[in-house]
Amino acid sequence: MIGMPSSGEGLILAIPLVTAVILIFIPNYRISAGLNASSAFLSLLAALSLFIRTPEPGPYLLVDDLNIIFIVLNTFVGFTASVFSASYIAHELETGRLTKTQLRFYHAMYQILLFSMSLSLLANNIGLMWVAIELATLTTVLMVGIYRTHEALEAAWKYFILGSVGISLALFGTILVYMAARPVVGEGPDGMVWTVLIEHAASLDPGLLNLAFVFLMLGYGTKVGLAPLHAWLPDAHAEGPTPVSAVLSGLLLNVALHAVLRFKLLLAANPGAIAPGPLLVTMGLVSLIFAGFMMYRRKDIKRLFAYSSIEHMGIIAFAFGMGGPLANFAGLLHMTMHSLTKSAIFFAVGHIAQAKDTQNIAEIRGLTVSHPLLGWGLVVGVAAIAGMPPLGVFMSEFLVVSSTFARAPLLAIPLVIGLLVAFGALMLKVHGLAFGEPTGVSHPVKASYLPMIAHLGLVFTAGIYLPPPLVTWFQHVAVLLH
Amino acid sequence: MDKLALDIAHFLAGSLVLVSLMLLYQDRLPALLNVFAFQAIILALSVAWQAYVQGASDLYLTAAITLSVKAIIIPVALHRMIRRLGIHREVETAINIGPTMLAGLGLVALSVVVILRVTVNADVFAREDLAFALSVVLLGMLMMVTRRNAVSQVVGFMSLENGLILAATGAKGMPFVVEISVAFSVLIAFIVIGIFLFRIRERFDTVDLEAMDDFRGESR
Repeated sequence: MIGMPSSGEGLILAIPLVTAVILIFIPNYRISAGLNASSAFLSLLAALSLFIRTPEPGPYLLVDDLNIIFIVLNTFVGFTASVFSASYIAHELETGRLTKTQLRFYHAMYQILLFSMSLSLLANNIGLMWVAIELATLTTVLMVGIYRTHEALEAAWKYFILGSVGISLALFGTILVYMAARPVVGEGPDGMVWTVLIEHAASLDPGLLNLAFVFLMLGYGTKVGLAPLHAWLPDAHAEGPTPVSAVLSGLLLNVALHAVLRFKLLLAANPGAIAPGPLLVTMGLVSLIFAGFMMYRRKDIKRLFAYSSIEHMGIIAFAFGMGGPLANFAGLLHMTMHSLTKSAIFFAVGHIAQAKDTQNIAEIRGLTVSHPLLGWGLVVGVAAIAGMPPLGVFMSEFLVVSSTFARAPLLAIPLVIGLLVAFGALMLKVHGLAFGEPTGVSHPVKASYLPMIAHLGLVFTAGIYLPPPLVTWFQHVAVLLH
Repeated sequence: MDKLALDIAHFLAGSLVLVSLMLLYQDRLPALLNVFAFQAIILALSVAWQAYVQGASDLYLTAAITLSVKAIIIPVALHRMIRRLGIHREVETAINIGPTMLAGLGLVALSVVVILRVTVNADVFAREDLAFALSVVLLGMLMMVTRRNAVSQVVGFMSLENGLILAATGAKGMPFVVEISVAFSVLIAFIVIGIFLFRIRERFDTVDLEAMDDFRGESR
């Protein structure tokens, strides 16, 4: 079912699965952390090989121009987060927050999470896609609750219940899509194969498709973290291990977004169906403005950046909802930039929380003095995520705003207000965190700065110069997305 | 499908909606679990009937899973759990039974209107079955929002999921139905183990979710 192991897409799935099994049996954390990172690196290589030889779509797996961006981004951040995880976890082990058994479990779960995310992105079958997203939810629930503290268990529980309801609704939507497809493509597995569905999209029953999209949007929208379905997200980000927060923000939200985009394409190809855009635009704007205001009141540093993720998923959903080549291009670019920047911020925040023994914003001051590299890394990361020029996020946000002004100036007003509100919140918070006299406890950290610097370097470069092949690729996909 | 087969399928699906409504007004946990087990038995019958009518033998497997997991194992486990937790007294409802029942009836009406309008072109059985299934799903969600107790929220979730299985088996020839029912069983097992672990480890003084909210890291 998984495909031939010789092909790139088979390898992307087989590598993490095999590694997960091995990792369960390795007691030494150095070996397992190394294996975790090298396996993630091999997955990245396998993902890159898809550029060289794109396999034909099968009944279960599919590689097309859209999901290849997601897959490469996913495996790349999966790899850098595993490098960060190695140094982060070493500290957690020293301070006794995690036991060795929990660590074995943690590493195995990390690989299974990478597997399920890749499976969901590669799936050519909407049922398989659903199963993969459910698996990703389950593994992240287990990882969020791994510290076994009161707060961690509560966060895991909340995530679990809301996530389960979300994927249940998505399943109902999936069943409705099958029912719409059945009279056209016939009974059996074909009715769930995405390539078959999109081929016959114009002749599917529009009523059923509309209803299905509402359920899919609510279901997968919960996983994207769009307001008002976001309640699980801040807790899950704040209470789990920081590498998991980085993967959640940088990757898992994108995976759910990819599912939404697939179904949006299906609706767009049907002349009788409602336009999926306005729904995405509305939820995007609500998320953006709501999260922007919520950031002012955050006391926990990881929660602050969790709300910032809601804000940015809002911007991305807004861009894809607007549609058209320019807005879609901006959406794709913004998604890439957000993944890179947000995970870099979480890499910094993870080490900061370890250095200061707290996640409370009020107790962290003067980081640029006490931990120059971490402090400045955070400052650059926050400047990037707030949309300061010349960093990459500025460019994608600028594109979103300018394309909106050109087509729907009225919508641009709340968009700009939301961006400014969020900008203000981030500047206010980072000022206290990074500058002034250092207070409180301060441990030296044995951090690996490489993942953070690599991400920020990429974001910086993208702000100044985007390689033409990348631009062509994104433009091509933006046109495909309608 | 001939007339009688259609009638039996409708009868079973309709009973499922009725039992969902019954779940709404159970104010004691043991009674709630018994009614849920009853719902699971009806679902198993309905799935088995679909398997017979459609000639889809793999659906018998789904029926067997439903019967064994949801009608027997989970209710028995939950019965033991609530006795050990000492919460087999009353279910605390967030809003009163009267308004909840009215809301439930409203949801059933809503789903019938929505589905029948939307699916004018679909075949008779599929659309009516879908209307019943959506009712069960929405009633399950209603139960999850009106109940504060973790155990009754789980029952609400499982009844929601019964609606999904009903929809999936009603969609003739749908692939992955068995896999999906297995995936859901795993999910539910996790939830049940989760509640159990919370208590066994005595992390929480109560499984009341409202009390859990107080431990959130932020004051709101």
